[in-house]
Amino acid sequence: MEVATKNHAELADIFNKDEDRVDWHDETLWWIRAKRDKSVHQLPEWEALREAASNIKFNVLSNLDIYLAQFEAAAKANGITVHWAADAQEHNEIVHGLLKEAKVTQMVKSKSMLTEECHLNDYLATHGIEVIDSDLGERIVQLAGEAPSHIVLPCIHKKKEEIGDLFHMYLGTPSNMSDPQFLTETARGSLRETFLTRKVALTGVNFAIAETGEFVVCTNEGNADMGAHLADVHIACMGIEKLIPNRDHLGVFLRLLTRSATGQPITTYSSHFKKPREGQEMHIVLVDNGRSVQLGREDFRNSLKCIRCGACMNTCPVYRRSGGHSYHTAVAGPIGSILAPNLDMRKYADLPFASTLCGSCSNVCPVKIDIHDQLYKWRQVLVKEGYTPKAKTVAMHVMATTLGSSTLYHAAGKMGRLTIKYAPFAVNNKLNPWYKNRDMPEAPKESFGEWYAKNRKK
Amino acid sequence: MRVGLFVPCYVDQFYPGAAIATLQLLEKLGVDVVYPKNQTCCGQPMANSGYEHLTGGCNKLFIENFQGYDYIVSPSGSCVLHIREHLHDDKQPELAKQVAHQVWELTSFLTDVLKVESLPSRFPHKVGVHQSCHGQRGLHLSSMTELVAPDFSKPGSLLNMVKDLELVELDRKDECCGFGGTFCVVEEAVSSKMGKDRVADHLKQGAEYITGADMSCLMHMEGILKRQGSNVKVLHIAEILNSEG
Repeated sequence: MEVATKNHAELADIFNKDEDRVDWHDETLWWIRAKRDKSVHQLPEWEALREAASNIKFNVLSNLDIYLAQFEAAAKANGITVHWAADAQEHNEIVHGLLKEAKVTQMVKSKSMLTEECHLNDYLATHGIEVIDSDLGERIVQLAGEAPSHIVLPCIHKKKEEIGDLFHMYLGTPSNMSDPQFLTETARGSLRETFLTRKVALTGVNFAIAETGEFVVCTNEGNADMGAHLADVHIACMGIEKLIPNRDHLGVFLRLLTRSATGQPITTYSSHFKKPREGQEMHIVLVDNGRSVQLGREDFRNSLKCIRCGACMNTCPVYRRSGGHSYHTAVAGPIGSILAPNLDMRKYADLPFASTLCGSCSNVCPVKIDIHDQLYKWRQVLVKEGYTPKAKTVAMHVMATTLGSSTLYHAAGKMGRLTIKYAPFAVNNKLNPWYKNRDMPEAPKESFGEWYAKNRKK
Repeated sequence: MRVGLFVPCYVDQFYPGAAIATLQLLEKLGVDVVYPKNQTCCGQPMANSGYEHLTGGCNKLFIENFQGYDYIVSPSGSCVLHIREHLHDDKQPELAKQVAHQVWELTSFLTDVLKVESLPSRFPHKVGVHQSCHGQRGLHLSSMTELVAPDFSKPGSLLNMVKDLELVELDRKDECCGFGGTFCVVEEAVSSKMGKDRVADHLKQGAEYITGADMSCLMHMEGILKRQGSNVKVLHIAEILNSEG
């Protein structure tokens, strides 16, 4: 188990040193959230779609073993080779094995948060294999040596000027060039070269259909198709929860996914892969990596319904003002904060607390995951398992004792008010985090209880 | 109808005016209100911090103080939501459940139980309403921008009954203020920034007062306003609904 070295509050504090940047980040994501609102309000059946999707996923999770077996059999019948990975390590080894078999040292990869979760790029790099990410946003963060900060918009934390600098450094564009059109064309040209020369392409999977053994990959850039169609070997990696039972269900999810993610009616490319073309190899890697453990946690099972649209991040007021990297996990934001502690409670004990429990995430979630309720529940689990600072536990015991007794409460209340009134220096100082950016409330001369005793004698 | 007045701990200690206004408003509307004097806190500060198991004392006190009333009314959506969702007592589970079901947030009690249609109040000012998350999303006091559903606002409909009051429209109707209980100190940087942004929206629209159904969010925004040296004041919605200026 890794020891916690990063903490959301501290990383968010660093992010907030540059307030203009926070404003820009917040407004950019809010703009997407507003686009999402506009697009969903055009569908009177929106809430019914969410309900349907949630129920379909509930069925999948309740019968996951059956659907997985069904998918495996159908995929094999289609000529796809099916691999099973219990964890990230196994997943990485399987992919590496396939690359060795194909005798290549280079691979093109379209978007897959699962491979981020498994740290595939780093693993392959240590084994001498170069991976080029073909999603534009992912390519940008890859050049910057960073992880994606958002599951749908990986480089949403970068301004176009910064991207211009990166391209100048790595792709030979002139300096101080930040025109999006020009930068996109540059990336396009550079990636085309990659597509044409790579023998192996890896893609993610948005939906895998148990009935037919086929899978769907959604992109806005067509990069998954470019990679997969030009390569001799297509490897698709998916978490085991990505299944849906039938083709009929696909319509529900395709309508929900991109409206929730970016406000588009549908992704530009929703590519269906069923069987390898003549002479091509197609592999699918089914990855557990903690998912069956989460499936066994009743309170958190629903988190596996997630279709990775990122709507909860765009709407989250905390995410918008702390940036994706402050979550120090592959899947940031509210959904990441309920998925990550399942992977490692100690390392991610801070994340369920990185929320005001405002509930907006649960409201935008297209599959109706009770995200904010799960954050609350994780807090209870993490405290019980002992992953909270000792000082906090002591303070909470004192608070519980004081508030659990009317006599102690009245005494403490009076003392508190007197302190603020006559010894403000005791609270108005740097040790009080409230006081850093906010004034303390004024201390009234009497509490409501005292006023009531005088004014309403019953 | 006998109503038990539930005044959250921090309102009792720091904002007695909000509680007095709540009491007077209910009395004005002909309700028989009693304030059980040994009440303390709903237990939410511990529960939201992950220490729900330490709320036994608060739960016991709450049940002792509030059993036997027809309704329990409180000027705080957040505390009401906590009681509704989490009040429990292993020794008397049925009683706890019953008490939890009787708790009402003030504005929804006025609109849904008393079915108030007019108020004798006047408040000649421009007012911004902060929709507190727990009241809005938890207790459904008003519609939420995320959902495809008809528009409504219980606090808004009450404020519209107040003479000479002008409500301002916010750019972000239901964004969280960042208070979040212990979040405000544990995540100080983000919390403060959220508060600043929330206040800025109200200021941009020319609000003279910021009001809402939850004093905790208002306390947060007041802290920011004061630090900025602003003249804009916060007032609990009960104080506006009760005002006769």
